[in-house]
Amino acid sequence: MATEAQGAAVGRLARFPVRRAVQWVLGIGILVGAAYAAYRTLSLGLFSAAAWRDLVVFGVAQGAIYALIALGYTMVYGILRMINFAHGEVFMWGAFVSYFVARTLQNSGFMQSSPYVAIVILLVAAIAGSIGVAVLLERVAYRPLRNAPRLVPLITAIGASLFLQNTARGFFGPQTRGYPVPDVLGGTWTILGVPILRTQAIVIVVALVVMIALTLFVSRTKTGKSIRAVAEDKDIASLMGIDVDRVVVTTFVIGGMLAGVAAVLFVMVFQVVGPFMGFVLGIKAFTAAVLGGIGSIAGAALGGLILGLLESVAPSLFLTGLHIPGPNQLKDVIAFAILVLVLIFRPGGLLGTGEAEKV
Amino acid sequence: MRKPRWFAVVTLLGALSLVAAGCASDEGGGGGGGGGGEVDCNTVEFGCVTYASGEPIRVGTLLAISGDVATLGDDSLNGVKLAVDYLDGKFDATPGQLVGHDVQIDSQDDLCAKEGGQSGGTKLASDPTIAWVIGTSCSSSAFGVADKILGDKGIVLISPSNTAAGLTDPATHNPFYLRTAQNDAIQAKVVADFVFTELGFKTAATIHDESPYAAGLTSGFKTFFEQLGGTVSVEEAIQSTDPDFKPLLTSIAQTKPELIYAPDFNPACALMAKQMLDIAGLKGVKFMGSDGCAASTFFDQAGSAADGTYMSFPLPSPGGSESGLVGDYNKAYKDQFGAPTAAFNTNAFDAFNIMAEAVKKVAIEGDDGSLTIPRAALKDAVFQTKDYQGLTGTLTCISTGDCQSQAAVNIGVFLLPDLPIEGGNPDAKPIFSEQLTLTEALGT
Repeated sequence: MATEAQGAAVGRLARFPVRRAVQWVLGIGILVGAAYAAYRTLSLGLFSAAAWRDLVVFGVAQGAIYALIALGYTMVYGILRMINFAHGEVFMWGAFVSYFVARTLQNSGFMQSSPYVAIVILLVAAIAGSIGVAVLLERVAYRPLRNAPRLVPLITAIGASLFLQNTARGFFGPQTRGYPVPDVLGGTWTILGVPILRTQAIVIVVALVVMIALTLFVSRTKTGKSIRAVAEDKDIASLMGIDVDRVVVTTFVIGGMLAGVAAVLFVMVFQVVGPFMGFVLGIKAFTAAVLGGIGSIAGAALGGLILGLLESVAPSLFLTGLHIPGPNQLKDVIAFAILVLVLIFRPGGLLGTGEAEKV
Repeated sequence: MRKPRWFAVVTLLGALSLVAAGCASDEGGGGGGGGGGEVDCNTVEFGCVTYASGEPIRVGTLLAISGDVATLGDDSLNGVKLAVDYLDGKFDATPGQLVGHDVQIDSQDDLCAKEGGQSGGTKLASDPTIAWVIGTSCSSSAFGVADKILGDKGIVLISPSNTAAGLTDPATHNPFYLRTAQNDAIQAKVVADFVFTELGFKTAATIHDESPYAAGLTSGFKTFFEQLGGTVSVEEAIQSTDPDFKPLLTSIAQTKPELIYAPDFNPACALMAKQMLDIAGLKGVKFMGSDGCAASTFFDQAGSAADGTYMSFPLPSPGGSESGLVGDYNKAYKDQFGAPTAAFNTNAFDAFNIMAEAVKKVAIEGDDGSLTIPRAALKDAVFQTKDYQGLTGTLTCISTGDCQSQAAVNIGVFLLPDLPIEGGNPDAKPIFSEQLTLTEALGT
């Protein structure tokens, strides 16, 4: 009898959710702190309503770019359970290819005479460049290692990333260059009474359209179905007659395409290209993918949006009221701190499976 | 995993050969000392650097020659190359000789960051044949990093473009560090005078990128601007690698400044100048940068947004151009390298030349054609530089390492696109200029 009671006590103790309790205390503490900081900022009245609105719009537009790149990470992860760290460089190469086309169009005067056609040409060039690099990357760096232990392709990906970065540096020089964009992209549109920069409106709309198209593609088409099948189980899918290699290449093509679109959107907003532009952006997009739940398409979109909004709004909202000097410099600190918090509560990300996976 | 026995032997041999190589290079460099007449290189502090007959004098450069600030470092390196060219008294694109020896440049990269100062500085400090080092481009690379690493070995570090005030502050100055660039206190004062008096602005915001250069300028600007009666509405900071400054600029707009002073580097300067135009609350607000921004890349990256921005940087002092050398120099620069991409090549030229003058004073020529330069004596000699006629003025080195025209430093402010560097207008004249001595600027 005694041992039975003892056993039950031990069991209860073992089940006592110390970890969860700590998590909740931590979580509530942080929420209260954030709410207090936000209250302090708002009560100072430094920012006008229009300023907050602008910050939100900037955040959404930046988040849309993150989301497009994050989709590339997430789709490759879904299929191969591998993090393609060279994806930021796929983006950068797309931007560079379109840069040279843009320079040619600019010098020939075509960019000014028919700007809309020029934008389409730039888009096609960037997509072609990104797809080319993505497919080459898959064929040369990843396919030979398809069945190697999981750390091997991860290291290869980092190596490929450095290789692509420094090749670009060698070819094009280390400096950041100005990217010529058509004049029609300057200025603002007034949408629902809110003035929005044209570039930002285009970024948000294009990203939305691309993401809807991608969702439809994956859920409605035969190729999409085979992608999902391979993501579920590579071996069974191949037994069912699905050509796994083809599906993987298709995934890289889609990822490259999204990176190419993101590249054009990025250069339209920031009007610069450089060999190291993809690195930090790639890390941010990867963060967005993890935040939303890596492997989930909706998660990548949500993660990108949240990260963009946090970077834009959070420093002003949480730090100004506390009189912390140089709040905007700390935007990455806030964004990554929130990533850590989200992962403590939901190890699989916001829309992920809720299960931590070892990389 | 049994390895054959020969493997051990090969490994051992390899290790031994490395040790031998290490010893050999030590002898090649540091040894051979004691050749000097009055100086005993074995006992004198920091020893000597010795070159055998026909060996070139090796000069290190530690400049920002890669990345986004390569325009700054390459430009200074060109100045050094021209100084080597001019050793024989003429610009003829063939290098001259210094006390009977050729001069060889060992170019290292300062990466415009502490890391570069550390790695490049260590590399140069470990080479016993380096006579002195010209660098760094960026104050971050020198401050507490390269100045200490090289100073510990008794190697003089002389910078053409470090401007951070802390480098020559008596409390933090390394005894082997000098510079021919202007101390930022002067530039910060002139910018504050320009903004307050000339433009008549009472409110300004500052943005720095955490580098000692930018942080020094913005904090100096704040001090002087507030002394005049102006207000710095907000002091912000950025990460230099970030492309998106719109949220930052939006929050700055809420403090209603009339001007944003952001003495950072490109592409951050260019991106901020461009993105400012998209912020509703910053209509009509002016952008001002300093010599870090004033590079050819600014025009390329900012595009039409460059027009209407202000840039400050040091001008050659009126006294410096008396010799007529400035014209020859500018022509030689243009012939050999094209239009300057930054504003410090003349400072680099002067830095090399005052070092060369010091070498002429202390170098001991052996009968066999060898050359011995005692390190400590070289340092002392260069610190004694007085009234040297350089391109940037009449230079005198003071004990804290500032080798500038002590009479007065001339800082000019340009309204773009009228900037005398590539992409601007070669004949541009400043819209405002002011001459100050360091003591005047510091108000002591």
